[in-house]
Amino acid sequence: MSLLDIQNLTIRIHDKAVVEDVSLSVAPGEILAITGESGSGKSMTAFATMQLLPHGASLSGTIRLEGEDLTALPETALCARRGQAMGMVFQEPMTALNPVHTIGRQVAETIRLHTDATPAEARRQAIETLERVGLPPDRFPPERYPHELSGGQRQRVVIAMAIALRPKLLIADEPTTALDVTTQAQILKLLVRLTRADGMGMVLITHDLAVVAEHADRIAVMQHGKVVETDRTETLLRQMQHPYTRMLFEASTHQVDLPEIPRAEPLLVAENLTRSYLLPRRRLFEERARFTAVKDVSFSILKGERLGLVGESGCGKSTLTRALLGLEPLQEGRITLAGEEVRTDGRAMRDARRRLQVVFQDPFGSFNPRHRVSRLITEPLHLLDVQPTSEERASAVAEALKAVGLRPEDADRFIHEFSGGQRQRIAIARALILKPDLIIFDEAVSALDVSVRAQILDLLAALCRSHGLTYLFISHDLTVVRSVTDRVMVMRAGQIVEQGETEEVFTDPQHEYTKMLLQAAPRLPQRAELKGGPDAG
Amino acid sequence: MQRYVLKRFGSLILSLFVASLVIFTVIEIAPGDPASFMLGINAQPETLAALRAELGLDQSKLQRYIAWVGGMLTGDFGTSYTYRTPVSEMVADRIGVSIPLALYALTLSITIAIPAGVYAAARRGTAPDLAVLGATQMGVAIPNFWFAMMLVLVFAIQWRVFPAGGFPGWGNGFAAGLKALTLPAIALALPQAAILTRVMRSALLDVLGEDYMRTARAKGLTARQTLWRHGLRNAMIPVLTIVGLQFSFLFAGTIIIEQVFYLPGLGRLIFQSISARDLIVVESVVMLVVFGVILINFIVDLAYAAVDPRLRDRT
Repeated sequence: MSLLDIQNLTIRIHDKAVVEDVSLSVAPGEILAITGESGSGKSMTAFATMQLLPHGASLSGTIRLEGEDLTALPETALCARRGQAMGMVFQEPMTALNPVHTIGRQVAETIRLHTDATPAEARRQAIETLERVGLPPDRFPPERYPHELSGGQRQRVVIAMAIALRPKLLIADEPTTALDVTTQAQILKLLVRLTRADGMGMVLITHDLAVVAEHADRIAVMQHGKVVETDRTETLLRQMQHPYTRMLFEASTHQVDLPEIPRAEPLLVAENLTRSYLLPRRRLFEERARFTAVKDVSFSILKGERLGLVGESGCGKSTLTRALLGLEPLQEGRITLAGEEVRTDGRAMRDARRRLQVVFQDPFGSFNPRHRVSRLITEPLHLLDVQPTSEERASAVAEALKAVGLRPEDADRFIHEFSGGQRQRIAIARALILKPDLIIFDEAVSALDVSVRAQILDLLAALCRSHGLTYLFISHDLTVVRSVTDRVMVMRAGQIVEQGETEEVFTDPQHEYTKMLLQAAPRLPQRAELKGGPDAG
Repeated sequence: MQRYVLKRFGSLILSLFVASLVIFTVIEIAPGDPASFMLGINAQPETLAALRAELGLDQSKLQRYIAWVGGMLTGDFGTSYTYRTPVSEMVADRIGVSIPLALYALTLSITIAIPAGVYAAARRGTAPDLAVLGATQMGVAIPNFWFAMMLVLVFAIQWRVFPAGGFPGWGNGFAAGLKALTLPAIALALPQAAILTRVMRSALLDVLGEDYMRTARAKGLTARQTLWRHGLRNAMIPVLTIVGLQFSFLFAGTIIIEQVFYLPGLGRLIFQSISARDLIVVESVVMLVVFGVILINFIVDLAYAAVDPRLRDRT
């Protein structure tokens, strides 16, 4: 008998169906992956299983855990099941823990809630569980608070809370999306190990097909609230019967066609850049320590070149970006842009700012919601010495919008009327409007669904062709960087540890750290590899 | 944590120093002669000279400042010109009314507001929530002196359970003192409780949307347990801020209620000494009130750190 058996699940939020007629099952010790793009109903299915749907949601169908229909249970019975028979791990480890309670207390809470353990006994079990998830008490005492831990460590605490009582079913909702590749690999390994060791069933929800392909026994692909295809992992990846599955797969491994670099003259040259901060004193009268976020970094970008920058969070990518944009002072080093030196004291001249533009990660937070698109994308125009007339502005707006695949009429709309992908197009239009020499893309596609991401990457390639774009592409996503850059730099602890032609670095990494990064990145099998499988049919 | 406390304490001392400078400057150095201001325009030159000597106005400004601050540090607040009694004694009597009254009112306000705020937040958008919101709207709108008179009408005149005014002094027993302060405390607490309920409700509503509340539910806590165990403490920061402000207000801003109930509190002392142009009393009492307010802020800062561990490591 299956551990979890969902039959004909339909969820409505205020009469709008967000999940329709979904049937899924998970056997003990099995990992079922639910994948699909945002809004496909993956998370709603998970919340329905935990019976933690938001207000205003109603559901029909049955959700059986070990034969018992959860939809028919009263709230008190459900509380007894949650945390005991089924546990859940969430996407955002930074906010999933209560900031004012110690980690030991939060893990012990699950234990005390469902067992008769004394506080001391619960604490002992909590320490044991934390050790099981890789947080030994000698290095991570249970008295620590969440803010004293990194994202990966916090996710381990969330996992410890979920598995403390060895539940039969674990639901992990995008458990590694917010984490670095190496941390992601560790957390996934931990989850798989716990599943196999305890014979626990796991529902792994992720938009990342590569994660799914490596770890799941079975996959369910969801689109618009429906399961469009489900099968064993190898079979599904080999056959891919539904067009949506094929589209997802192709978008995930999307290769763009970059034009040749037109002229090989250096555009931006950065020499020995160093940025350090004074840290706050730990004790009174103590000398303040320095933290060097960017250490002696040198590189150059040729005109028309696409340079990538990869590295894990906290490696100094963002500090370097801000320094290049002239938003942060550098202690040492010099930057020249097209032969002219740029001030590095954090007060870059208007001229330099005009020639460097940036596109940020969050397409929802980086626009003022009260301004119309025309105003949003003409914002950089104040950097011009001679302000354009209103006709010139209008035509610049129309041109920029057309360049990114939107209509000139969109200029009069507000930002909330656009989807995530369209917003990112608007961000690119804003960067393009001054015809800058160099655009910095700071995790610019990380928040987008794979299909939208593929479109934006194609747009970049098209702009390279039409506008001779030069860019610095910063991302933690190695697949994307590989596809849209000519050269790549690998950054670790403030230093560039390796740089070279993108293909070369990816196929023959020299530095140990690069090797480790590539090793840790989940990889989607090539279709050719799958087709050649033993039971290909 | 130590660093945090030291830093806060340093800022307390600095604030007190700056406040003393400002008060001293405004009252003693600002244009006009304090002595002639106190005596009015018809004063005899001899009386004026005598007062000037008594106030030490013949000394340098620096000497006067040092003498004033030094005196306060040793408990010598000078002698009231109008009443000819040491200011310290007058203040001691008044503080014996004002601080208990403020604490009484604040306790009432917190006791009403926190449960009411939590109750409303947990039932957002339902009839009970709207009822609480409506009640707080009234609480904010009703002037507290009118409410005070209504209390007197009902509880003192009609039912005769509480005295209509006056304060017997703590020497006549704790119960009698408390009884005398009950109606004023209720009158003071009503608008405070109304504001605090709204703050509690909205702070908690913000917290309810946090991810860790969902995590707590996934552990098996009931909605109510989640609210009390994980929500309340996280919602406390804005509530503490308001409690601190309210206590500061209740400490010295209660003059109308003191007047209604004929209570000898600090507010009335300030009012009387201003009317009598008794600058010695005004100066010292204002400094004392400032000290009280700064001390309350210091305590609120410490409470922040107690509630939120993240603040302890910050500066």
